[in-house]
Amino acid sequence: MSLDLETVKRIAFLSRLKVDDTRAEAVRDDLNNILGFIDQLNEVDTEGVAPMVGVGAQEMPMREDVVSDGGYVDRVLANSPETAANMFVVPKVVE
Amino acid sequence: MTQALAKAISQSELTKLTLSQARDGLQKGEFTSVELTKDYIQAMEQTRELNGYILETPEVALGQAAISDKRIQEGKAGTLEGLPIAMKDLFCTRDIRTTACSNILDNFVPQYESTVSQNLANAGSVLLGKTNMDEFAMGSANITSAFGNVVNPWIGADGKPLTPGGSSGGSSAVVAAGSALAATGTDTGGSIRQPAAFTGVVGMKPTYGRCSRWGTVAFASSLDQAGPIARTVRDAAIMLEAMAGHDPKDSTSAMHEVPNFEAALTGDIRGLKVGIPKEYRMEGMDPEIESLWQQGANWLREAGAEIVDVTLPHTKYSLPAYYVLAPAECSSNLARYDGVRYGLRVPGNTLDEMYQNTRDQGFGDEVKRRILIGTYVLSAGYYDAYYLKAQRVRNLIAQDFKKVFESVDVLLTPTAPNAAFPLDEKPTDPLVMYLNDIFTVPANLAGLPGISVPAGLNQKGLPLGLQLVGLAFGENVVFRAAGVLEAAAQFQPLLAR
Amino acid sequence: MSQENFYMEGSTGLWEVVVGLEIHAQVTSEAKLFSGAATTFGAEPNTQVSLVDAAMPGMLPVINKHCVEQAVKTGIGLNAKINLRSVFDRKNYFYADLPQGYQISQFLDPIVGEGHLDVELADGRSKRIGITRLHLEQDAGKSIHDQHPEKSYIDLNRSGVALMEIVSEPDIRTAEEAAAYVKKVRAIVRCLGTCDGNMDQGSMRVDVNVSVRKPGEELGTRSETKNVNSVKFLSQTIEFEARRQIELIEDGGEVVQETRLFDSQRNITRPMRAKEFAHDYRYFPDPDLPPLVLEESWVDELRKNLPELPDEKKARFMKDFDLSAYDATVIVSEMENADYFETLLQHCKSQDPKMAKLASNWMTGELFGALNKDGLEITSSPISAENLAGLLNQIQDEVISGKIAKQVFGLMWETGKDAPTLIEEKGLKQVTDTSAIERVVDDIIAANPDMVEQYQSGKDKLFGFFVGQVMKEMQGKANPGVVNKILKGKLG
Ligand SMILES: [Mg+2]
Ligand SMILES: [Zn+2]
Repeated sequence: MSLDLETVKRIAFLSRLKVDDTRAEAVRDDLNNILGFIDQLNEVDTEGVAPMVGVGAQEMPMREDVVSDGGYVDRVLANSPETAANMFVVPKVVE
Repeated sequence: MTQALAKAISQSELTKLTLSQARDGLQKGEFTSVELTKDYIQAMEQTRELNGYILETPEVALGQAAISDKRIQEGKAGTLEGLPIAMKDLFCTRDIRTTACSNILDNFVPQYESTVSQNLANAGSVLLGKTNMDEFAMGSANITSAFGNVVNPWIGADGKPLTPGGSSGGSSAVVAAGSALAATGTDTGGSIRQPAAFTGVVGMKPTYGRCSRWGTVAFASSLDQAGPIARTVRDAAIMLEAMAGHDPKDSTSAMHEVPNFEAALTGDIRGLKVGIPKEYRMEGMDPEIESLWQQGANWLREAGAEIVDVTLPHTKYSLPAYYVLAPAECSSNLARYDGVRYGLRVPGNTLDEMYQNTRDQGFGDEVKRRILIGTYVLSAGYYDAYYLKAQRVRNLIAQDFKKVFESVDVLLTPTAPNAAFPLDEKPTDPLVMYLNDIFTVPANLAGLPGISVPAGLNQKGLPLGLQLVGLAFGENVVFRAAGVLEAAAQFQPLLAR
Repeated sequence: MSQENFYMEGSTGLWEVVVGLEIHAQVTSEAKLFSGAATTFGAEPNTQVSLVDAAMPGMLPVINKHCVEQAVKTGIGLNAKINLRSVFDRKNYFYADLPQGYQISQFLDPIVGEGHLDVELADGRSKRIGITRLHLEQDAGKSIHDQHPEKSYIDLNRSGVALMEIVSEPDIRTAEEAAAYVKKVRAIVRCLGTCDGNMDQGSMRVDVNVSVRKPGEELGTRSETKNVNSVKFLSQTIEFEARRQIELIEDGGEVVQETRLFDSQRNITRPMRAKEFAHDYRYFPDPDLPPLVLEESWVDELRKNLPELPDEKKARFMKDFDLSAYDATVIVSEMENADYFETLLQHCKSQDPKMAKLASNWMTGELFGALNKDGLEITSSPISAENLAGLLNQIQDEVISGKIAKQVFGLMWETGKDAPTLIEEKGLKQVTDTSAIERVVDDIIAANPDMVEQYQSGKDKLFGFFVGQVMKEMQGKANPGVVNKILKGKLG
């Protein structure tokens, strides 16, 4: 499989990365180079093989329902580029 | 390496000690932690041209050293009491800038301490500073860092500056150059083992789940694992024991108790079955590496191990599977870097513009490349063909190992297909760079422990490493075999030269 | 909307309206789904935010066992299959109030599978609505748009709070069915204590999927109206959307699959303005979370200890107390009503069907009427269940008549005093003393010879006149049974 320019722009927007027209072709070729390598996977017969998500614990540990965190608005906001009224500030969002 | 650097490396007798020797010296009162730490601070300053540290924390170090000296006097020493170490900048350190060597985390000062760095602090270690790395741990040459590349303290016959490997290149360089007793690393596809091999030190990636991931900047959650980079196998065992342990804050953290790893170094591997996977003998492989591998097998046999030829049929597909799975996870893990709550913000007229401007300026090319690949392989219509396919192949790779470990105790392979390469000859094709991890990635996919032990030099005089891979939670066996390999190889580290 | 055939009339004929609902119900819990921060409503901005909720680098989720339990209980209440193994996925998208850049949700393997609910409709019909699934997920933060002309402010207090998303099959055909379904789900989660059902605080929000089709044809393209937060708005959304889509199609247009918002000022829906041009959530299993595996015995234990659900309660009320289906439905529709009823009956002298009928009549009649008039909830009723029982006991014991009881009820409502006190204070006790009544009867007979004659010559209807006169004379306090008996004897 290989990517076309439109797909490159679509995935760039989905990832909120900029790929402007001057770079789009170069990015496409770069990604296709890697996808070509990945395509080797098609040589493997995976019929009936379960997908493996992870290798660690196979069951989720659970915690008790106790308030044990939060209550430190200063630490939450400490690194924020812009705050007001103890909130994060972003350009206006239209719903 | 400049004359000044060469001189700096051999200046202090204290910094030539291994971690276990320094520990014993402190215990016996031969010197204090403050004395040791001062020598390390000096070494750190004098080796700055390596660019191994991106943040030095001498005040923190001296403060901790003074406390350690008191604790040693009071007989309350922890296992790493008073020992100066370095921290890869992927570990969040409270009130100490943490950047993952990315512009996007511009001046981020965590309000929390990662579990691994906290465990090390609890054991009494002294923090010298944060080490350089590939941006978000994505790279194999430490050239994608926002702080510039690291220089390998080793120098080849042609005198060209070399890569220290990556992504934990800062950690491997400072340990090799004697400006830290040991350092933390993280290994998603080889990022501890390959730089260890490139700098003639020991690097251990434990079983997935051994070390908590809490507070470590995530790259690919199902593969990321912290581990030590140290000068000897014993030092690595001591470090790992302090770093590891169950953490209720990490749902993937293993419940297994942490054994005494140092005690595993009995030197006795009689009857141990060592597998040599035939698929690791690749076409066009450096004959020097192939012969070192053979040599390693001979050393282990001479020590009483049984050498067995084994097969891991899906080895070839490890890298392509990895380059689907790791980017997929990273594309999601790195979505939080959006300029809203921390790190870089580049303004924009709309929210989306702000996101795009911030992420465009904040991320480097390799990170962007992986985010794009990851987004693509997860996107509608491609998920099954790429992501699910790679997960199925991952399963086959894990099954290969499972089968092999029914008949052998440990596997012996080269760590990397080549020695450290000159920085000015770095590959321009990302695929060529990716191939550096060809021998290390399978252990990440299967979640198995792997160690790189420096085993010899190539003709240019550069270190080469051999890798041992064991069963999940079989670090003890890996350490034991590694100790024997180390003893047989009689490798002379840079500091002893 | 026609209730008989559930079709809507368009210019080209009849249309069938197809509705599916996604209810987001906030799980009642102390702490969040994947972090230890508190969930209290209305806290100061960002005070209930942990480093996990703010998606700081390296932060990891650990699930809250109680939230899992709440989801399982709800699943059981929805007659649904509990999946002993479920998986948490990441739903990836960028939004200001989504700090991680993904929502942890469940996609392919939810904790609860298929189930169903039966809802009762005004015409006495009962309809089964299929439930596709229930899954657990994180809530997002809140964007505040009215603080600054060019900026939005972000409060993450709600970020990470546990939600149950309950998805129905597209089985709903009318606004009434939709409303009944939502009310039923609400009654169940409130009864189980798994969600407070508080729609104005956003604890329950409904995404409304509406499409229309000609009867018997394939499903049409649907619109999704997000976050409808009252049953009234839900009905309005469905009516508006159905009408809009029918008119659109009949005018030669085409319905587009889109996300809309309900505008409660104008009672219309409108498309959301800001939308990612191509939604592609790239769901994949969250590598930070192994599968959620439940012990069958644990689920069985929860099932065994589940409180009585509204349907069971209704059946019991009908069986044990002989209540009509209608009365029983009204009483169990709100948990507080059912609780009130049970407390009321407990404090009554007997719990036999006759008493229960009296209690249900007084509750649904007098009490609901008064609450309605004063705009009060049953939980803040000036007359407690104990006190209402006290009043009913006075009727049962024939201390007062039903008529006087209404008067006493009014006094109780105003003063908060109990019935015996008020009856004593106001001297409203019923007279059962035969000789006292006899004296009055004699006086009345003596004073109305004409009426007596007419009655005795066959004008039976005049009996009521004598009863009335006696009652009037005795200010309504005479026991009507005794009055009847004595009058019958004396008049012959
Ligand atoms: Mg929805
Ligand atoms: Zn939802």
